Amino acid sequence: MTSPQPKLAVWKFASCDGCQLTLLDAEDHLMDVSGAVEIAYFPEATRGVIEGPYDLSLVEGSITTAQDAARIKEVRRLSDTVVTIGACATAGGIQALRNWGDVDEFLSIVYAHPEYIETLGTSTPISDHVDVDFELRGCPISKHQLLEVIDAFLHRRKPNIPGHSVCVECKLRGTNCVMVAQGTPCMGPITQAGCGAICPAYDRGCYGCFGPAESPNIDSLASWWGHLGISDGDLVRALRTFNAYAPEFREASEAYER
Amino acid sequence: MSAEREIIVDYLARVEGEGAMYLKLRGDEVLDLKFKIFEPPRLFEAFLRGRRFSEAPDITARICGICPIAYQTSACNAMESAAGVQLTGGLRSLRRLIYCGEWIESHALHVFFLHAPDFLGYESAIAMASDFPEQVAMGLRLKKIGNSIMSLLGGREIHPINIRVGGFYRVPTKGELATLVPDLEWARDAAVATTRWVSGLPFPDFERDYEFVALHHPDEYAIHEGRIVSNRGLDIAVDEWTEHFEESQVSWSNALHARRKGGGSYHLGPMARYSLNSSLLTPTAREAATEAGLGASCTNPFRSIVVRAVEIVFACEEALRLIESYRSPSTPFLEVEPRDVTGHGVSEAPRGTLYHRYAVDSEGFITEAHIIPPTSQNQLSIEEDLRAYVPGRASLPDDQLQWQLEQAIRCYDPCISCATHFLDLTVVRD
Repeated sequence: MTSPQPKLAVWKFASCDGCQLTLLDAEDHLMDVSGAVEIAYFPEATRGVIEGPYDLSLVEGSITTAQDAARIKEVRRLSDTVVTIGACATAGGIQALRNWGDVDEFLSIVYAHPEYIETLGTSTPISDHVDVDFELRGCPISKHQLLEVIDAFLHRRKPNIPGHSVCVECKLRGTNCVMVAQGTPCMGPITQAGCGAICPAYDRGCYGCFGPAESPNIDSLASWWGHLGISDGDLVRALRTFNAYAPEFREASEAYER
Repeated sequence: MSAEREIIVDYLARVEGEGAMYLKLRGDEVLDLKFKIFEPPRLFEAFLRGRRFSEAPDITARICGICPIAYQTSACNAMESAAGVQLTGGLRSLRRLIYCGEWIESHALHVFFLHAPDFLGYESAIAMASDFPEQVAMGLRLKKIGNSIMSLLGGREIHPINIRVGGFYRVPTKGELATLVPDLEWARDAAVATTRWVSGLPFPDFERDYEFVALHHPDEYAIHEGRIVSNRGLDIAVDEWTEHFEESQVSWSNALHARRKGGGSYHLGPMARYSLNSSLLTPTAREAATEAGLGASCTNPFRSIVVRAVEIVFACEEALRLIESYRSPSTPFLEVEPRDVTGHGVSEAPRGTLYHRYAVDSEGFITEAHIIPPTSQNQLSIEEDLRAYVPGRASLPDDQLQWQLEQAIRCYDPCISCATHFLDLTVVRD
């Protein structure tokens, strides 16, 4: 007998758990979600496991081990739709900083017996390994955008997730530009909206949690940051955080490192 | 001779992260037991090298989505102590207030969603909701109120953006904080009801003689400041950590095991804090503890759910007190410039003491980082609990024994993402 409700699975790879926690943090909507879908696999929330295939798989985390590289292929095979959630899954996460380093050296810094640890030299997004139907950005993702994506896939429509920059959200929120008014370096002009432009509303520059906006003009931002007295080294580190391996940020950080 | 059998849990559910368990038995005798953390390592301590000291709070928050405030606070404490700066007045109150929010959120998640279903025989809180609708609704609302403190003060509940070394980017007005009061008054009363409810759950008869370790402060139930003490006479300043604790690596876990130097395991978290500091709880929390039958100490790990509920009462009451006495600080942050120095920082994450140490060079760049999460420190204690729990219960069928052992692990609210991440249980009977 098949279930009348779509089956939802939530998978974890290398990550902090925060993006899947976002689903449990949707306190006012959690019971609605659990009514609209069958939560078939979600180990953070339940020890019950319903066998696949699954209608919708939410995937958190990046690929950092050979086992995980094989496991994501199995997840893809079992899933009608795969949505990756968060900066780890969509860009490799903060752990992608290893991509510029020597992972053996990194392991020897953390572990006395690096030989016990099996890990790859890189941290890569899920889309480097399998086809992904939709990528939801953020470190962490936005609760509202997550609910929008789940709703969209349940109703077989395109999710309404804008690709414009955080600047648009500041204007909508009525926040003064922190870069113009206070001379605070801000990544808002090159960062995708979605968080609600929280940082400028708290007198802080955006630090890029949602990754590159559509067609970001990073050279222009770099020149503005230069006027504010920010060094190239600081710019490179600002680009190399949670979305460091997103192509636009990666290319720019490598260009300004030279 | 009775046959050997194995119980294997490949992926432990209702914990944060990826862990597993392997148990090999002959009759009542435990031949082998391993609590494994197979969460892939993310190597934070390596890539923190070369980052500015001011980046540590935002970067280390990403170790754990469940307790980011703990990471941000321990990192700030380390940098501030390195520079000889201490937060006072309104800034200190805000740091403690946002931490109360994290305790409420994380404890409510654990009590209602991760732990209570074990005692009631459900696989999840969602499955429990049709029979216990009021409790599940109450748990969701408590969790939401904890989150609302973090959102108001921190900008968002997961990886808050408003915490910086030296304080905050923007501080709230008293009026903004006052909006939290009605919900917190409800939450305090709901937490008292929760304590009453969970104190009536069926607990296995199981006590252990732990060395409890937690922060202790003379004037308050310690969260973010104090000395490190134990019930066996340890009483040290935070910067003496390395002289008294050590870490070692075992082949079956991606998280380092910590132990007392020259000693053995120790136990961190709500039971340790309660046993060392219960006289400093707020009045309603003390009453709730007494009514729930908790004495001066609690040594049955399964009853940690009751202690967590008491700590929710405390965190609500303490948050109300902090809001009541709050005066907006004149500046949102203090200047902190650590140079050529090593700093140590500790705070009480919901699941236990979280230690950070950083060396910073003459230009303010991190040259060395060391982070010891509570779950790494509790690993030995977890393994010892499991070894002690099995004798006398080995005749249980595999599925029941497995579930009870999983529950014993969940008593620690293990955060494997922090310690590295994953729980998967294997029992082998020989």
